[in-house]
Amino acid sequence: MQKLVLIGNGMAGIRTLEEILKLNPDRFDITVFGSEPYPNYNRIQLSKVLQGDTSLKDITLNEWQWYEDNNIRLYPGETVTSINKDQQIVYTDKGKGQPFDKLIIATGSNPFMLPLPGVEKEGVIAFRNIKDTETIVEYAKKYKKAAVIGGGLLGLEAARGLLNLGMQVDVIHIHDFLMERQLDRTAGKLLQAELEMQGMNFLLQKSTIEILGKKQVSGLRFKDGSRIKADLVVMAVGIKPNVAIAQEAGIPVSRGILVNDFLETGIPNIYAVGECAEHRGMVYGLVAPLYQQGEVLAKRICEVEAEGYKGSVLSTHLKVSGVDVFSTGKIIEDDNSKVSKMHDDLRGLYQKIIFEKGKMAGAVLYGNTKDGNKLLNFIKKGTTIEEYLEATQNPEKEISSVADMPDEEMICGCNGITKGAIVEAIHTQGLTTVEQVKGCTNASRSCGGCKSLVSELLQCTLGDSFDVNQKEAICSCTPLSRDEVVQEIRTKGLTHIREVMNVLGWKNDGCSKCKPALNYYLGMIAPLKYKDEKEARFVNERLHANIQKDGTFSVVPRMYGGVTTSEALRKIADVADKYQVGTIKVTGGQRIDLLGVKKDDLPKIWAELDMPSGSAYAKGLRTVKTCVGESYCRFGTQDSMGMGIKLEKKFEGLNTPHKFKMAVSACPRNCAESGIKDVGIVGVDGAWEMYVGGNGGTHLRKGDLLFKFKSEEELIEMIGAFLQYYRETAIYLERISAWVDRLGLDHIKEVLSVESMVKSLNARMEEALSIVQDPWKEAINNKTLLKDLYQTVKVPTKVE
Amino acid sequence: MENTLRPVLVGNVADLPEKLGKTVKIGTKEIAVFRLENGKIRAIENRCPHKGGVLAEGIVSGEFVFCPMHDWKISVADGKVQDPDVGCVQSYPIEIKDEQVYIFLED
Repeated sequence: MQKLVLIGNGMAGIRTLEEILKLNPDRFDITVFGSEPYPNYNRIQLSKVLQGDTSLKDITLNEWQWYEDNNIRLYPGETVTSINKDQQIVYTDKGKGQPFDKLIIATGSNPFMLPLPGVEKEGVIAFRNIKDTETIVEYAKKYKKAAVIGGGLLGLEAARGLLNLGMQVDVIHIHDFLMERQLDRTAGKLLQAELEMQGMNFLLQKSTIEILGKKQVSGLRFKDGSRIKADLVVMAVGIKPNVAIAQEAGIPVSRGILVNDFLETGIPNIYAVGECAEHRGMVYGLVAPLYQQGEVLAKRICEVEAEGYKGSVLSTHLKVSGVDVFSTGKIIEDDNSKVSKMHDDLRGLYQKIIFEKGKMAGAVLYGNTKDGNKLLNFIKKGTTIEEYLEATQNPEKEISSVADMPDEEMICGCNGITKGAIVEAIHTQGLTTVEQVKGCTNASRSCGGCKSLVSELLQCTLGDSFDVNQKEAICSCTPLSRDEVVQEIRTKGLTHIREVMNVLGWKNDGCSKCKPALNYYLGMIAPLKYKDEKEARFVNERLHANIQKDGTFSVVPRMYGGVTTSEALRKIADVADKYQVGTIKVTGGQRIDLLGVKKDDLPKIWAELDMPSGSAYAKGLRTVKTCVGESYCRFGTQDSMGMGIKLEKKFEGLNTPHKFKMAVSACPRNCAESGIKDVGIVGVDGAWEMYVGGNGGTHLRKGDLLFKFKSEEELIEMIGAFLQYYRETAIYLERISAWVDRLGLDHIKEVLSVESMVKSLNARMEEALSIVQDPWKEAINNKTLLKDLYQTVKVPTKVE
Repeated sequence: MENTLRPVLVGNVADLPEKLGKTVKIGTKEIAVFRLENGKIRAIENRCPHKGGVLAEGIVSGEFVFCPMHDWKISVADGKVQDPDVGCVQSYPIEIKDEQVYIFLED
């Protein structure tokens, strides 16, 4: 078998291997060297990790298992230090020598560090890999002030992440507007205004000349003499191809490693792919071109005849929440260009399309980037001004641009899924929704930017049978939306999950998305008649405890309003001792969490605690956080503890579409953080304010004032009506914050201003509350439940 | 030498909860045994190939279980991880004699 060696365990190199394995799985004996101690991960998603939308483990593209399954020898954390091109051997920093018949260099690029005095100080870093990301997160825990040098794509994504981590951020940029390589001045200024609103501070036309501080960075000094303070400096001024080992080995290099249309370097049997390669004078730093190169290279190495790589038209999407920016091709017009421009300052919309020599050559979109991919395809096809005018003036005559795409055209750049692959999956597997295409092919699974293209592709493949305005289906088992399913359950009087799936034509036996949703909807519609189906519940709600990553569970007893007694604490302590609880933790919701409990011990612990369940696992009321209030506090205007306890006792055990948290503070100082709770109450002199839709999690949202009440009774009645309206109209797993955004505060206010509405909602709420039982008591008093859910079967092994 | 399979009695059919999984420990081995909606009984290794999630606690639909950790979909019949994820867990043959459930393990 021929020996194939890959230097670089990143996106371009591994993608090439995947293509090779597809063409010819047994042709090569493959060895991979990677400097980073991780399997191949999605580098473009690092900014999302920093912004808190995604966790590190979610960006892994190839698990360790993948290497094993494909018989690939991977040496993570091992760097190739030299190549002997004549003897065809590579050497590593661990002293290994590995011979090869074919060698692929995919060393990517390094961040460019400005050679400033002080650049070696602690706290000066790049933003390029997992380690950088972890360092930034660590710094954010200890320090307040960050400076980002570079107002380009990467710099702004990093800055947004730093804001999310709670740091103050100064962005230093040498030009007078942002992202000048992708945007024109107008779009750059619109972007700046939006990011300033989000809390970023910009220092434009500033040139950094020194990094200040002793061992640890303390600030920056600029050419104009001014200074700023900074505890962390992120350098994001650009990247440079990592060509050092190629150059030393005598492989021809310019800016990158020089390759021809087949990714061959100047040396036989040595290839280069990705960010380290230079093709026709271009070095690419985006994922789509790398994947296209990988495909060509795989065919070359497997000796499959194919067309060469011709270069790529680039497009850029800024991944910052709340900002839509897209640009491609030529972005600044000159005397020979013709331009179509639209600028709406009021709505923050901007669109510019540039034509050169009668053909579309580039575009910049701000505010609405829906047409981005379409414009990119127009440019690739060389659409003329006349064709463009015709297509946009007469929408009926518009030919879908995806229809004209060749089958090899990439639809999903992140995962490298072509049009042909998606169309084939649509035909052979009978797919009808974007969600199904995602499940089967991976397209749109990573950044989601190609969703509209996938939808368009479904439309032109399925013709009239595809509903463009399809509502979001519950899951891929059915094309029906939440509203349609709830409507059908009501009109047809459906009573259990299997019946819903049979009558409404589910494609299979359901899944982990639709079964819990149906269980909720059925219970919400007929609380008194419906028998909860525990097998359709997620493990935590089925067992009434939170599963941990090692398979143990945690126990959180109810502590109404965060108020406890010495007796209760003593009991918790005794139980913790007796069952050797691993960790005791005070939770964010003012109660106590016992962690590391074995499943078999759960019922015993509950029985000994003899306390109600805290529902820390539930899609229901978690906690009501309170401040001390008027009983002790010199500022308190209301009895916040009393109100909190009352609310928690009323709504505990209620089933809702998602979890919800409440808080009661006794004055606007808001010590119980009512402003970031799903329902937050603030006592003021002689009245209660009710805030809704607050959220302190991933999507930080400040609560909106719904109403203000003089009496306790009115307040509690409104909370009941509000929660019931949420129960009846929200999509399963939609938090109150998202629901308020979807329906609009004005709409909710309007509904809840009608007195008869408030009364009828409360009547249905009372019905839902009437069936609530403490789940822990229920379990310990029911032998069948104990046996079915909590006992493990132990079979001793025979002694032979 | 060829590996032989030996049957291990794990209990009565009625001991297994319907439409759910059960954790069965045989010596140090942990097996997830499922009693499906169609009455069939299946056994696979109780450990998701992704991050080691306990499969016996997953939601069961048809012939599949969804791992409670990160929602991987795994066939309880042959142990194969479903698209778009990849991998496999060991599956074990089952025999039912007089309502008694036997799992076949390698000796």
